[in-house]
Amino acid sequence: MGGDLILDALAIRGIGPISLTVPAGTCLGLSGPSGIGKSSLLRAVVDMEPHEGRVSLGTSRREAFTAPQWRRMVGMLPSESMWWDDEVSAHFLAPEKVRPDLLGLPEAVLSWPVKRLSSGERQRLSVLRLLDREPLALILDEPTANLDEVTTRQVESLILDYAEAHTAPVLWVSHGREQLQRVSRRVVTLNVMGRLCDTDGEVCP
Amino acid sequence: MSVAALSPMDLCMAALLVIILAALSFRMNLGLARQIIVAALRTTLQLLLVGMVLKTLFDHAHLLLLGGIALFMVTMAGWEVMSRQTRRLKGPWGFATGTAAMVVSSFSITCLVLTTVIRIDPWYAPQYAIPLLGMMLGNTMTGIAIGMERLTSTAWRDSDMIEGRLLLGQSWQEAICAIRKESIRSAMIPTLNAMAVAGIVSLPGMMTGQILAGSPPMEAVKYQILIMFIISSGTGFGAILAVSVGARRLFDHRDRLRLDRLT
Repeated sequence: MGGDLILDALAIRGIGPISLTVPAGTCLGLSGPSGIGKSSLLRAVVDMEPHEGRVSLGTSRREAFTAPQWRRMVGMLPSESMWWDDEVSAHFLAPEKVRPDLLGLPEAVLSWPVKRLSSGERQRLSVLRLLDREPLALILDEPTANLDEVTTRQVESLILDYAEAHTAPVLWVSHGREQLQRVSRRVVTLNVMGRLCDTDGEVCP
Repeated sequence: MSVAALSPMDLCMAALLVIILAALSFRMNLGLARQIIVAALRTTLQLLLVGMVLKTLFDHAHLLLLGGIALFMVTMAGWEVMSRQTRRLKGPWGFATGTAAMVVSSFSITCLVLTTVIRIDPWYAPQYAIPLLGMMLGNTMTGIAIGMERLTSTAWRDSDMIEGRLLLGQSWQEAICAIRKESIRSAMIPTLNAMAVAGIVSLPGMMTGQILAGSPPMEAVKYQILIMFIISSGTGFGAILAVSVGARRLFDHRDRLRLDRLT
């Protein structure tokens, strides 16, 4: 279980085919203009829409698992977090193990009603909720979009620590180039042709 | 005692009320005038037609003829369920889901009641079969239409929520569970409310008719209780079936929400 996250000829709605490997324990940054289809690509990885191509995690092929199993292994953080229960803690599998203080939230936040949360609090809690599922790989769509500088750094180090501790590959989508350079070993860009380029402009295979 | 016969003039008096309503709605710009007139005309024509059909049917009770009429009624009800939904399932599913649910609930319960409860000879005597089926269909139709409408419109509106749950590794059943429950509840509530106020606020239509036609009130009451029971169970079973099939159809084999399957 676990290992590199391998995208093989992934194609969805005019994007791709894209082949990409995110090595285990490292973070790969993905940037590109708005509306170019970065989120669609991420959705394809976690099999949320019909598409072409194959994905595997280490030696485990996606087809070998049911979709819910796969989405627990490859956890995706959507750009907007959704909350369906009234109370925050009901969204966690192991609320007693959650550490809200790591992201500058009070311990009591788990017993709060969801309605009381600000958008920044929701975003930070959604990161905690994703990690609470203990995924083997992370797919992050703008995880710090609504956050200030201090909490952004807190979220970054929480995710990178998690990736290191679990040798999990991380695919991180962001508009902030500075942030991507800070957190990831390699940054690729999705261009208007629906192809991936490295930062020096070279088109990835 | 027999029912006082209505003359065409009597009906014209009532029709005048509808026309006044239509005129008022026209003056108030409610945009309903046309709909009121069309609906009133449809009622008149459809009921006159059904009256003639029933007269023929009562004279020659034949199982095949009855079956044909029953089939026609179910098809029309299925069509009605489909056309009442703003976002319905694409392709044959839109029509088939609601219709199949009505066949299973209304048809089977009506047959069951005719053969085991009322026990007339022959069991398909049209004087009993057609009104019973008509009442069952009318009510299950409303229930199923409400349930399906609620299911598809809520899934459309809350698609981000459903996908958020799927992304966290929930199965499609878990992701749609709350919406499915809510849809079934909303389908059953009108019938449950009708049962709760029957006799206190409203005198149900069938009982009123029987009493007007001279039946002893206690007989009419017993029939009404029977009808209430089978209508509520038929609506419940039908809504559970239609909403469950519809909910399944919103997802594919990889637990993906497929809103592209809605119109």
